[in-house]
Amino acid sequence: MGAAGVARLHGLFATYKPPGLHWKHLRDTVELQLLKGLNAGKPPAPEQRVRFLLGPVEGSEDKELTLTATSVPTLTNHPLVRGPAFTSLKIGVGHRLDAQASGVLVLGVGQGRSLLTDMYNAHLTKDYTVRGLLGKATDDFREDGRLVEKTTYDHVTREKLDRILAVIQGSHQKALVTYSNLDLQTQEAYEMAVKGLIRPMNKSPMLITGIRCLHFVPPEFLLEVQCMHETQKQLRRLVHEIGLELKTTAVCSHVRRTRDGFFTLEDALLRTQWDLHSIQDAIQVAAPRVAAELEKNLRLGPGTQQLHGPGWHGDNERPSPALESWTAGG
Amino acid sequence: MALSAQQIPRWFNSIKRSSLITAAQLRNHFQRPGQTWLHGLSAQPQVSSDNCFLQWGFKIYRTSSKWNNSSQFTKSSGQEINSAQSTMLPSMNEQSQEIPTFDSELSLEGLDDVPPFSPLQPISEQEAVRIIADPPLPPDSFTLRDYVDHSETLQKLVLLGVDLSKIEKHPEAANLLLRLDFEKDINQVLLFLKDLGIEDSQLGAFLTKNYAIFSEDLENLKTRVAYLQSKSFSKADIAQMVRKAPFLLNFSVERLDNRLGFFQKELELSVKKVYRLELGFKRNEIQHMITKTPKMLTANKRKLTETFDFVHNVMSIPHHIIVRFPQVFNARLFKVQERHSFLAYLGRAQYDPAKANYISLDKLVSVPDEIFCEDLAKASVQDFEKFLKTL
Repeated sequence: MGAAGVARLHGLFATYKPPGLHWKHLRDTVELQLLKGLNAGKPPAPEQRVRFLLGPVEGSEDKELTLTATSVPTLTNHPLVRGPAFTSLKIGVGHRLDAQASGVLVLGVGQGRSLLTDMYNAHLTKDYTVRGLLGKATDDFREDGRLVEKTTYDHVTREKLDRILAVIQGSHQKALVTYSNLDLQTQEAYEMAVKGLIRPMNKSPMLITGIRCLHFVPPEFLLEVQCMHETQKQLRRLVHEIGLELKTTAVCSHVRRTRDGFFTLEDALLRTQWDLHSIQDAIQVAAPRVAAELEKNLRLGPGTQQLHGPGWHGDNERPSPALESWTAGG
Repeated sequence: MALSAQQIPRWFNSIKRSSLITAAQLRNHFQRPGQTWLHGLSAQPQVSSDNCFLQWGFKIYRTSSKWNNSSQFTKSSGQEINSAQSTMLPSMNEQSQEIPTFDSELSLEGLDDVPPFSPLQPISEQEAVRIIADPPLPPDSFTLRDYVDHSETLQKLVLLGVDLSKIEKHPEAANLLLRLDFEKDINQVLLFLKDLGIEDSQLGAFLTKNYAIFSEDLENLKTRVAYLQSKSFSKADIAQMVRKAPFLLNFSVERLDNRLGFFQKELELSVKKVYRLELGFKRNEIQHMITKTPKMLTANKRKLTETFDFVHNVMSIPHHIIVRFPQVFNARLFKVQERHSFLAYLGRAQYDPAKANYISLDKLVSVPDEIFCEDLAKASVQDFEKFLKTL
């Protein structure tokens, strides 16, 4: 433990944030657990220091005193005097999740915190599963908010829902191209736009790159949303607006992030796994992938996109099979 | 802050090196700033207002009345000096004799003292060997590490298991410990604590929390224990109370009295209110639960109500079963929620002892994850983890 443990503690890893937990509490809990692991080494052997003490010379009868070097035990580095070796760790949080949402939350330790900035600048998309409930409207678009309106939803069918989602995706598709500040007059840009690989590489409002309905059993429905530059509140507002488009009302009962950039649910560590060894292993496993993806994005440069050869993929995560089969027509 | 005595000779040295200064001139030069300066020096250690620093208790004062010879300063620590530090004193004295003083021309101004030493004077081998020139202790510091090797008190405390790194965060406590003599003060208190029934191994933890016990009078402590015994607490009870609440012995008898009365009343009034009105428990049920898990009394009311709300309404467990297993209030709420949702998902959420596939509440909360998955849920740990990731 100790120095060797801290040396392996630099990099990014993903945790699964359960619902009801503030992201700051999660970060503090992870820090406490890591410190516990780092400080839990076996106590060091008792140390000694050299002092020059006055003592009688050997082999001399009269009281001649001379200085001899002797090793004397010292308590200066005793753990009870010195205290714990590690008292704080620098841990940063990636894209935040609000208290009610759950899902993949990326944390960076030590040197990995600069990688968090790189990940942010890569403007990767994120995947969410959003669960909605028809028939109610509340003030904060959540199920437990103050009730504003109740409506019937018998007229809602799966086809209507799919049509609305297709319209949403189409309008956002246009916005993607607009905000990316790309000149569409070139051939490569046109080809990429057709394939749907363009996205803005600077600040923009929430943009949905893909949305579809996984499950529809009125009043409940389950959506899968692929988006960027979003907040969870905007996703709940999206559910509310879908309800309005369907001539009824809807609230969002749960928002869950299933992918953040290149970290998926598989990589996310559960609460029981928030200890030193699991986190060190997770960092090690994720490190090569993180380096490769971020390097690809760094070649892009800030601000406007640069055009590359045909081998370049716009979205650096594993292309979701759902996205490829979706078309703007629904 | 307080100047170390080593800085004084350096100051003098620098003055000395300016050549061609007559004695009178030197004297005049020194007297005015130096006199006020000395006052400042002697006043400083007492007036030190900086709370962050430990004071080793240096008092710098003049040995000789004659100002010219007063360059010989003797350092001595405060009155309450450890016997073990007696080895330090001669070294300090030796050091101070090494401090270069004025030239002999100054000392010839009508003095009857012995002419002071100069570092260039040859001395015998024996005397040379006797000079102990250890680096001096810092006069103030923010940690006890600097003093632990020179203080027998601190060493014995560390060997007992007291965590000095926690105590040094409170400067007045650390100062107190530095000045105490182990034999006289601390031993008495330790014997007293052992009489109470606290084991040797627990002394360290107790003293780390309640370092202020050393400033209490032994007679007071004995009176308080006698008072507790008079209230018919058995010896074992008192030992446990003192262990769990180390500051108990610091309270005066009146305060102890007040607290006992307050607790009794509290037990009756507020608990009854919370449990009866809000949660619907009967009186004997409350008492039964509290005797089983006294920690419930200190639990946060909001958390308690949240836990109860979940257990009663969501898990639909009636009151009498909760009474039998009050440990559910001790467990973390999220744990209960996660496990219950998993069981509900599997269809095994059966908490009624009359029906089949019964799962007892205490096992639900206390058992570790692997056993919970295998025995109670009859599923694998991977399934449980996958389920948790869908929440």
